[in-house]
Amino acid sequence: MSTPTIQSNPVDQSNAVQFRIWRGNKDGGEFVNYEVNVSEGMVLLDCVHRIQAEQAPDLACRWNCKAGKCGSCSAEINGKPSLMCMTRMDSLPPGKVVTVEPMRSFPSIRDLVTDVSWNFRVKKTIKPFKPRKPDNADGSWTMFQQDIDRVQEFRKCIECFLCQDVCHVIRDHHKEDEFIGPRFLMYTAALEMHPLDTEDRVGDLKNRDGIGYCNITKCCTKVCPEHIGITDNAIIPMKERVVDQFYDPVTRLFRMFKGK
Amino acid sequence: MSFSEQFIVHEHDVLVIGAGGAGLRAAIEASAAGLKVGVICKSLLGKAHTVMAEGGMAAAMGNVDDRDNWEVHFADTMRGGQYLNNPIMVEHHAKESPARVLELESWGAVFDRTKEGKILQRNFGGHRYPRLAHVGDRTGLELIRTLQDHGIHKGMEVFMEMTVVSLLTTGGKISGVLGYDRERGRMRIWKAKAVILATGGIGKSFRITSNSWEGTGDGHALAYQAGAELMDMEFVQFHPTGMVWPPSVRGILVTEGVRGEGGVLRNNEGKRFMFDDIPEMYKNQVATDEEEGWRYVCGDKNALRPPELLTRDHIARCINREIKAGRGSPHGGVYLDIAWIKEKLPNSAEHIQRKLPSMYHQFKQLAGVDITKERMEVGPTTHYVMGGVAVDGDTQMSCVPGLFAAGEVTAGLHGANRLGGNSLSDLVVFGKLAGEHAAKYAKNNAAVEVDQEQVLAHTNAIMEPFERTTGENPYGIQHELQNTMQDLVGIVRTETEMQQALVKLDEYKARVKNVSVIGHREYNPGWHTAIDLPCMLVVSESITRAALERKESRGAQFRDDYPDKSAECATFNVVSKKAADGSMQVTRRSIVPIRADLKAVIEKMK
Ligand SMILES: Cc1cc2nc3c(=O)[nH]c(=O)nc-3n(C[C@H](O)[C@H](O)[C@H](O)COP(=O)(O)OP(=O)(O)OC[C@H]3O[C@@H](n4cnc5c(N)ncnc54)[C@H](O)[C@@H]3O)c2cc1C
Ligand code: SF4
Ligand code: SF4
Ligand code: FES
Repeated sequence: MSTPTIQSNPVDQSNAVQFRIWRGNKDGGEFVNYEVNVSEGMVLLDCVHRIQAEQAPDLACRWNCKAGKCGSCSAEINGKPSLMCMTRMDSLPPGKVVTVEPMRSFPSIRDLVTDVSWNFRVKKTIKPFKPRKPDNADGSWTMFQQDIDRVQEFRKCIECFLCQDVCHVIRDHHKEDEFIGPRFLMYTAALEMHPLDTEDRVGDLKNRDGIGYCNITKCCTKVCPEHIGITDNAIIPMKERVVDQFYDPVTRLFRMFKGK
Repeated sequence: MSFSEQFIVHEHDVLVIGAGGAGLRAAIEASAAGLKVGVICKSLLGKAHTVMAEGGMAAAMGNVDDRDNWEVHFADTMRGGQYLNNPIMVEHHAKESPARVLELESWGAVFDRTKEGKILQRNFGGHRYPRLAHVGDRTGLELIRTLQDHGIHKGMEVFMEMTVVSLLTTGGKISGVLGYDRERGRMRIWKAKAVILATGGIGKSFRITSNSWEGTGDGHALAYQAGAELMDMEFVQFHPTGMVWPPSVRGILVTEGVRGEGGVLRNNEGKRFMFDDIPEMYKNQVATDEEEGWRYVCGDKNALRPPELLTRDHIARCINREIKAGRGSPHGGVYLDIAWIKEKLPNSAEHIQRKLPSMYHQFKQLAGVDITKERMEVGPTTHYVMGGVAVDGDTQMSCVPGLFAAGEVTAGLHGANRLGGNSLSDLVVFGKLAGEHAAKYAKNNAAVEVDQEQVLAHTNAIMEPFERTTGENPYGIQHELQNTMQDLVGIVRTETEMQQALVKLDEYKARVKNVSVIGHREYNPGWHTAIDLPCMLVVSESITRAALERKESRGAQFRDDYPDKSAECATFNVVSKKAADGSMQVTRRSIVPIRADLKAVIEKMK
């Protein structure tokens, strides 16, 4: 299929960059070529906005903060799951066409916008935070910084769902019904490691959330724009808890006696 | 097509428009009252503006300095707002913020800690003691995620990526709202007994802003069109430190937390110019030299604050002055320097990265600047609107029965200037109050029938752009409007320029009637921009007219033609309301009188 090229005017050839952007919806689509005049310091999202303003006012994409804080602008840039607002144009190989696609693991809505509602449904199934009784009369708790560092690392998550997008259990094996994905394994870990929490989610991790499907490829960790140690700091410790609780003979014996 | 085929219809007791901190807190409260609650938001859940808030939330918990209490917070907020604030709201806020912060902790929020294991608090401009509970420089994320994760288990129904285009009233009372979903572009009606506006700010009316595309002042305009009053709209906060380079990130916020942690402002001569001009009101609250300023940052209780921690209005003007006088940085800003603390702290690079991780990240990635080693370039950016829907200070209800408001869309708490950190606590204090009173209202009042004529008229109006084959691109008008507001109604204002702005706004109003959009109704950003424009115009006109009416300089409003405060202007708030003929009517309203006991608090703290 021939793809139309639409030019923005006027184009200064010296820093004109070629883009291939996927346009379409759930019924299918195609790559459309655009050319954008890129100036110093621009990020990919700026280019998409420029295309919207000058050439394709109906080009759909999500964004809010433009500073890597909201996790709205996720896409696949030259095949790599990334935030459009944090991808500097000068970080891409010069002179090469830039390919921009929606996250491929989620159903398409339109152009760069995908249906990520599965993530919101998954979150709702995870048992919520349940704190112990307050430590102090004013209703507050005593917690020390060193005890919350790890949980704070996990709470940096901006829910961009890039880790969900890249994980092969979802992307290639479509285990959405049996596997909650790295974002929510880590979310569960954050609750489990919260010093005040009293709930137990380890059984769910094993039986319902599919933690066993994760084979520690660390692809999720590699794409996380918040540099959260998803695999090493969250998933592996949770796998260990599953082992401790369900397979460790001493613990199992103990549980038998407790009748649990 | 019949009415019921054309519209998807929902029904709720309390409907909340907006899923930022204010909206979510309101929805949690109304759900707790056992009512059927809906929440509508333009983006996905968790992406509202609140997520971007950085520095912290102000609450007089006294964890770091036990001299702090609600009275000090009350007096600080009134002084910051130059006494145009509604003292009833300021009292609620100062007294209730600490409980709202603790409540967040009980819902799973994890704030940074003091050595004793309490919630840590940091310094911010205009706050006498360290008062901002925070999580590094991503406090807003913690706030919104906590409310979101708690709220989804409370029964509220969330409508994501849907935009409300008008409030529906019958006989002057709220009957529901009309909107569309982005995904399909279908029109929907939400019938409701009570509606809470929690739509946030208006920054997108200006060219340089820290706000996202959502900040188009929809709630302000919806309320105005439905007969509510807008108050204090002349007070737009220009945050002193936005990024200025590279051009594409111009306006993105650099948190005040940088200055709270010891960052200083310098001009291109290397001078700390903030020491040059200390306002009368703050004379006995500011450090006499750099050394004392640093001691304050380190927590020395006998030291006074450095001038970089004065209020935002003042700092923005000083920066503006330096730039205009040719003492600015290469890209039209001034320097903000936190790297200098290496002279004081052996492990400063690590310290900065721990205290300001997202600032470090933001500058490194977007500007190629390492803030632990280099200076940042910063300049003023349109950030926050103190003005908004006028509400009753106790119940948060507007003059339209059944219409409530909370958060940035509301006027009253901040007066002429907001102190940093007072917004996040505003959201949860008044979100809760609005939720509570809207629930009461919904229990005590029967549903009002929706007026079908009204629905059809509004629907036709927003579909028109598709029918025009020739017409203007909405982005062009948006762009011009932003330039007009930035250049003519910005940080420094004059009568002549603002009159010019009004002429231009009239012109845009005419042109908006002629915009056309191409494509389909599904997820069409061009169409959405066309729908935003009328809102942005109402907001812009209201700001301009109110600014003209206030012939003085006070708080965030600086008028070159009236550079001083006037005693007369200290007595009123400016109110805009839609007149019977559709024009905007601007009047003065006496400020809310202050109770004797609250007045005594202010005197005591002077
Ligand atoms: C970068 C940045 C940093 C900040 N840092 C701080 C800080 O450190 N401390 C502090 O106190 N304050 C800070 N602020 C200010 C504070 O974050 C905001 O004032 C506050 O978050 C506003 O919250 P809100 O709940 O009123 O509205 P928002 O969070 O703006 O949410 C508005 C909601 O309304 C929805 N909405 C709007 N219009 C419509 C419509 N027509 N139909 C349906 N839904 C609609 C939006 O989708 C959104 O969900 C900061 C602001 C910015 C921009
Ligand atoms: S480490 Fe596990 S969760 Fe992460 S991408 Fe690999 S399989 Fe998926
Ligand atoms: S863990 Fe990282 S990649 Fe995954 S959703 Fe959160 S921020 Fe995005
Ligand atoms: S727009 Fe918020 S992360 Fe990119």
